Amino acid sequence: MAQMTMIQAITDAMRTELKNDENVLIFGEDVGQNGGVFRATEGLQDEYGEDRVFDTPLAESGIGGLSIGLALQGFRPVPEIQFIGFIYEAMDAVNGQMSRLRYRSGGTQQMPITIRTPFGGGVHTPELHADSLEGLMTAQPGIRVVIPSTPYDAKGLLIQSIRNNDPVLFMEHMKLYRSFKGEVPEEDYTVELDKADVKREGNDVTLIAYGAMVHSALKAAEELEENGISAEVIDLRTISPVDYDIIVESVKKTNRAVMIQEAQKVAGIASSVVAEIQEKAILHLEAPVLRVTAPDTVYPFSQAEEVWLPNHNDIVEKVNNVINF
Amino acid sequence: MNEEGEIVNENAMPDLSDEDLKEIMRRMVYTRILDQRSIALNRQGRLGFYAPTAGQEASQLGSHYALAQEDFILPAYRDVPQLIWHGLPLYQAFLFSKGHYKGNQMPEGVNALSPQIIIGAQITQAAGVGLGLKKRGKEAIAITYTGDGGASQGDFYEGLNFAGAYAAQTVFVVQNNQFAISVPVDKQSAAETIAQKAVAAGIEGIQVDGMDVLAVYAATQEARNRAINGEGPTLIETMTYRYGPHTMAGDDPTRYRTDEMDDEWEKKDPIVRFRKYLENKDLWSEDEENEVVEKAKEEIKAAIKEADNTPKQKVTDLISIMHEELPSNLKEQMEEYEEKESK
Repeated sequence: MAQMTMIQAITDAMRTELKNDENVLIFGEDVGQNGGVFRATEGLQDEYGEDRVFDTPLAESGIGGLSIGLALQGFRPVPEIQFIGFIYEAMDAVNGQMSRLRYRSGGTQQMPITIRTPFGGGVHTPELHADSLEGLMTAQPGIRVVIPSTPYDAKGLLIQSIRNNDPVLFMEHMKLYRSFKGEVPEEDYTVELDKADVKREGNDVTLIAYGAMVHSALKAAEELEENGISAEVIDLRTISPVDYDIIVESVKKTNRAVMIQEAQKVAGIASSVVAEIQEKAILHLEAPVLRVTAPDTVYPFSQAEEVWLPNHNDIVEKVNNVINF
Repeated sequence: MNEEGEIVNENAMPDLSDEDLKEIMRRMVYTRILDQRSIALNRQGRLGFYAPTAGQEASQLGSHYALAQEDFILPAYRDVPQLIWHGLPLYQAFLFSKGHYKGNQMPEGVNALSPQIIIGAQITQAAGVGLGLKKRGKEAIAITYTGDGGASQGDFYEGLNFAGAYAAQTVFVVQNNQFAISVPVDKQSAAETIAQKAVAAGIEGIQVDGMDVLAVYAATQEARNRAINGEGPTLIETMTYRYGPHTMAGDDPTRYRTDEMDDEWEKKDPIVRFRKYLENKDLWSEDEENEVVEKAKEEIKAAIKEADNTPKQKVTDLISIMHEELPSNLKEQMEEYEEKESK
């Protein structure tokens, strides 16, 4: 076991797959010699050559189209979109094209593409870097969306995403890149897609979160514990599809739930999670399922992040509402 | 070749055998009949989406004839003929028109995607396929088609530019049929030609008489050779015309085209011209042409029947082709629809 930050774990996953499968190609803006704007691909071009790890012209739609074309020639592309806010430029390539290609070819073609892209607030980035746009992508049939919250999950999920024969959008929260280290096996391992993970067991309320909000939920759970409330924290890890089995099982035990996301209330996936819980477990609920989200404004000017982004206090407040309902 | 079927540029004459020349003519005649029948079948409600091709036979089939089976085609919605001559069975082309997933299942060895509806998407994808072929060390190209309107899209520029930056083995064909639905080409751009847009990507550009099958063939063959020899992609603009409407979905060309314009382009008909050329060489006769026409009509009749007899699509079919491994929501929905369909 090694101690790694999430970004190191991500680099390690790509190194592992470049070695395992000669069809794996990594490309994007500044991912080559520069090693990526966050150093996620550092050293990979030196190790595997320009044929495997290369820079592209500055055009996200072109990167998307390039990925599709390379996949049609049997490659396993791992393109990078430098920041999630730029995905709008590639929406047709991702949502209109690669997500549909297995279907539109009647199952005769596949798109084993993993798009890596950083997102997430709390680090004072300029405009359209930190927006949580996962809800746009989870509304698209044909693509999985994966958001790790720990170095261990990041490596295992990224390896598994790259090996998956359908498109995966792999979203990396910028605040989690280097904020802490975790145990990560140096060898090859995978974390199953489509499976959530109970990060903390509890009996009184189920907290469902993903990305940076997992850590806010864990922090809130600690505070709640001091007040005698035992919270179970579920880290979704894959947010499309959501692992509802694990959620329903937890809600049947706790009878209360709060859904937490960094995205605005109209965005993200919170609403569909709440809907699914009421369809599948309404008779087990002692209280409505509440949501912790950001307000429905455009992502804040960087100086306003602290007052805008949801945090552990918001979670504690909502849990108290649910408990005292 | 001019409108009288006379060779006006001997030096650029492609090296084609008599049999090749006849085969090209057969394909053009066949495709003209296919267009006429498709329009009729669409009007009878036996076909769905259909974008007429009459007038573009030289552009579509001359460029296709220069390809090898290993070449990969990324067609736009009007480019069904190239797919058919690349190996897509006719009944599947009809299923594509009707809206059935089996129409999009390319047979093994037919290197192509089904027609692209998002104008420009095929262009960036073709850059990727062309780079993929280069990385695999294959002597093959990606070829993609769009129209004059398509050259205004961002993806058009990005695709050309990416292919240029990587010296990808790609040939881009813009079929300039003068109109994007009702909008004439001079409303798309102040550029005098579309071919010159290649300059922005630093690649070769060529404008060719798209009603002259020999010129289109020669230009495509040259571009293909350049691509395979590592000299990078080429943009070919074929100057052509569609005699019919934009699509069969209610477009009425009399609203935006004059009779004079139609007459002028009728004189340039690629089939009339090539027929004259072949007849002067004693390579073509009325009997031969009638034989092709009859063959086309028979095959079309059989194909539409086969399309009609294709089993209807079920929701479970559609679910099953979404992913290699179904996500949990689709597993659940699969069960629901299996139950519905079993009733």
